[in-house]
Amino acid sequence: MDAFVTHTGTAVPLRRSNVDTDQIIPAVWLKQVSRTGFEKGLFAAWREDPSFVLNDPAYAGASILVSGPDFGTGSSREHAVWALQQYGFRVVVAARFGDIFRNNSTKMGLLPVVLSPEAVETLQKAVEADPTTEITVDLAERQVRAAGETWSFEIDDYTRWRLMEGLDDIGLTLRHADAIAAYESERQPWLPKTA
Amino acid sequence: MGRTLAEKVWEQHVVRRADGEPDLLFIDLHLIHEVTSPQAFDGLRMAGRPVRRPELTIATEDHNVPTVRGPIADPVSRTQVETLRKNAAEFGIRLHPMGDAGQGVVHIIGPQFGLTQPGMTIVCGDSHTSTHGAFGGIAFGIGTSEVEHVLATQTLPAYRPKTMAIEVKGALPFGVTAKDLILAIIAEIGTGGGQGYIVEYRGEAIRNLSMEGRMTVCNMSIEAGARAGMIAPDETTFAYLKGRPHAPEGEAWDTAVEYWKTLRTDDDAVFDKVVEIDAATLTPFVTWGTNPGQGAPLSSVVPAPEQFGDPIERSAAERALEYMGLTAGTRLTDVEVDTVFVGSCTNGRIEDLRAAAEILQGRQVRTRTLIVPGSMMVKLQAETEGLHEVFKAAGAEWREAGCSMCLGMNPDTLAPGERSASTSNRNFEGRQGKGGRTHLVSPQVAAATAVTGKLTAPADLV
Repeated sequence: MDAFVTHTGTAVPLRRSNVDTDQIIPAVWLKQVSRTGFEKGLFAAWREDPSFVLNDPAYAGASILVSGPDFGTGSSREHAVWALQQYGFRVVVAARFGDIFRNNSTKMGLLPVVLSPEAVETLQKAVEADPTTEITVDLAERQVRAAGETWSFEIDDYTRWRLMEGLDDIGLTLRHADAIAAYESERQPWLPKTA
Repeated sequence: MGRTLAEKVWEQHVVRRADGEPDLLFIDLHLIHEVTSPQAFDGLRMAGRPVRRPELTIATEDHNVPTVRGPIADPVSRTQVETLRKNAAEFGIRLHPMGDAGQGVVHIIGPQFGLTQPGMTIVCGDSHTSTHGAFGGIAFGIGTSEVEHVLATQTLPAYRPKTMAIEVKGALPFGVTAKDLILAIIAEIGTGGGQGYIVEYRGEAIRNLSMEGRMTVCNMSIEAGARAGMIAPDETTFAYLKGRPHAPEGEAWDTAVEYWKTLRTDDDAVFDKVVEIDAATLTPFVTWGTNPGQGAPLSSVVPAPEQFGDPIERSAAERALEYMGLTAGTRLTDVEVDTVFVGSCTNGRIEDLRAAAEILQGRQVRTRTLIVPGSMMVKLQAETEGLHEVFKAAGAEWREAGCSMCLGMNPDTLAPGERSASTSNRNFEGRQGKGGRTHLVSPQVAAATAVTGKLTAPADLV
């Protein structure tokens, strides 16, 4: 995955709450066996409405999505993350995320940033007033800066480090293969095997 | 200080713990289906990595499969299923394909085989993996990157979520089901209420539930935002497991039961959060909106957005009513329904089908009614009991096993504007088909609704 240290870009205000992953990428798009081409399915149903914010040319090229609370609830489909990234988003800002979506995002290098509802509102208003407003998301400093204001956000040290280095989790875990083998040797014998 | 059930199971699975890092957690069982696995297997191939523990892994075909006999017509769906077959063969993973007696919705077959046992860690690239927590393990959904991680390492790095107790005091009134209970819980705490928590369901009403009812409750934990839901194992759990194909036998059974009995929250353990629900106040429940938290007693009316103090909830309600084509103040029992779906990992088990059959016995349906068993084993059991004859005589369609209209990845979908009463788990916009409108209900309410054509509680059937 690509490393994420700091990113500056324009943003799209998505004034909806409970943006579930079925909206981010409808199930019909999940039949693909490849990892590419999901940008076409991003918010597919909502994009059919010409007044949907993503269809507003003023927000073309935006790389930060600023959403209402409970973004990415529901299904575990990582396709939601792929669709957002392939469309061009690097960051999603919201007051609360679905756990699985947030986890999937950090595996892929899409940064989920939790800010207070007030901060999200301020950002949305700033971007609506001027779509060219640039937002800087600084993972190194754990800060969001825009419109003359600065907000701090929380992210655990380990995930931050992994994102900043662009490290693959599997490679990191396999460094502890001995510990896994040791654990395996002590598992209870009655535990089920599928074959 | 004592420990909660979640803490006990978690600690038992820590492979490695280091300051400033997530725990590395061993995974006892990995369930696979065709939708969220192809890119994970591709990743393994690209990195030249094998599956570390194929014998702790099981695959089935469920999301795309048609529920009428015959091959998959949609070439894209077919390719996805064929890809799973190739991957399972290449990596040596047991697969229950379409037509196999063991095939079915992944969360239905695990417990049926006895693969889901107390105290285990279970994952699957599917958010409803929380179902398996009904046996007293930690079970949660993961994305495709994590599927690949588990395939390669049989572990996951994870921070232990906080713990929440949902205490359901008292007994459920007659006619109130596990589904009504979980819908009421989600309406109470909201779709984000469980976010960051493992929920342990406790109390008299939970203990009185059958294993299948417990699975229905745990299944929808994710709809309240929780990472997992769990219920301490007890005699009900042991009785369900005894004699299943993968349950321990003989001395191993006794040893296992002895251990399983320790899997309960200590009396002096402290949860990070406690929510109390009074079971006696509950009645049949239904959703009116487009997220599972937008629900109300079936005996009430469609709420007015102005009732919601929070501006975000208010605008969500406005949008939901518009999408659902509902007017505030309408009695929910006056809402007309086109299609009834009984099935899914939430309510596709034998007790659900028995409950629906009891209501449909000697009656006729007025709606398109799909009865979709959760697995081939459930189907066989239902046919042995003659339930299929009841459904067919009532005018309902008796189908093959699969996820079906829960998410409409197969041909079972709603048309735009079509309204369903569905025993599944999500009423999201377009979930059951583009433009479709979903009301989540119990199997009993679904069956009664099929009879009248309007949302109906069984008690109100003449």
